[in-house]
Amino acid sequence: MDGVITANERSRDELAFVARLQSGDGAAFETLVREHGPRMLAVVRRFLGNDEDAQDALQDALVSVYRGIHRFEGHSQLATWLHRVASNAALMRLRSRRRTDETPIDDLLPTFIDDGHQTRATVAWSRPVEQLLERQETAELVRRAIDQLPESYRAILLLRDIEERDTEETAQLLGINAGAVKTRLHRARQALRTLLDSKMRDETP
Amino acid sequence: MTCREAIEFLMEYLDGELPAEVRAEFDRHLAVCTSCVAYLETYRATVQLEKAAFCEGETAVPPLPEELVQAILAARTCEK
Repeated sequence: MDGVITANERSRDELAFVARLQSGDGAAFETLVREHGPRMLAVVRRFLGNDEDAQDALQDALVSVYRGIHRFEGHSQLATWLHRVASNAALMRLRSRRRTDETPIDDLLPTFIDDGHQTRATVAWSRPVEQLLERQETAELVRRAIDQLPESYRAILLLRDIEERDTEETAQLLGINAGAVKTRLHRARQALRTLLDSKMRDETP
Repeated sequence: MTCREAIEFLMEYLDGELPAEVRAEFDRHLAVCTSCVAYLETYRATVQLEKAAFCEGETAVPPLPEELVQAILAARTCEK
């Protein structure tokens, strides 16, 4: 089985690597920064939206990894654990920023006339979702649309839909109640739908 | 049920969290409202596209800038 790394070998290598980290091996930590840092930076950037804050949050995350690696017990993959440390660091920074100048989301939500009908009827998109998923540019377009959301809504979307954290954990991380998480998630998805709508409708098949 | 109510309850409908009575009313509304059917389908597609956009491995990430690596290694030493 030349050239094929089995899951067992990978996890054995990973445990040996973690043991080196836990013993305070500086070279192992540098390897971790270089190998896992780029993916962690991408995670924090999604939440924070700009490079400067993202780099600061990554630094916070990796310093906390260095200090807290003894808490990693190997129940999940190292990359999964690092992903969570990164998003927690981004959230800490978001909460400390406490932005008050956030753009309202109302313009991106559906509107209704007095009798409860939609002001403008919704029209189906020009291609089925399976076809949209196959197109390379779709992912980039969706990521750009998510970046346009106000950060508190973007954070909910990332935590619930992308990281698949449950409502309770999301509520705890954001310091809001479970009801507010559900309401904001629905609003965030609606806003994202609006941002994608014109692009997906106007497309010529 | 109006479109306003249907769209308000949409997430709970898709998550199967609506009480049977409300769900039945929702289904009756969908049977006569093409606009809400389109809204439901595009909302569901949005969530699928969103999840797909961040699939691990889908996006190549560049290495960290060297000065950032050095800053992190220095910060670790300070925090020791």
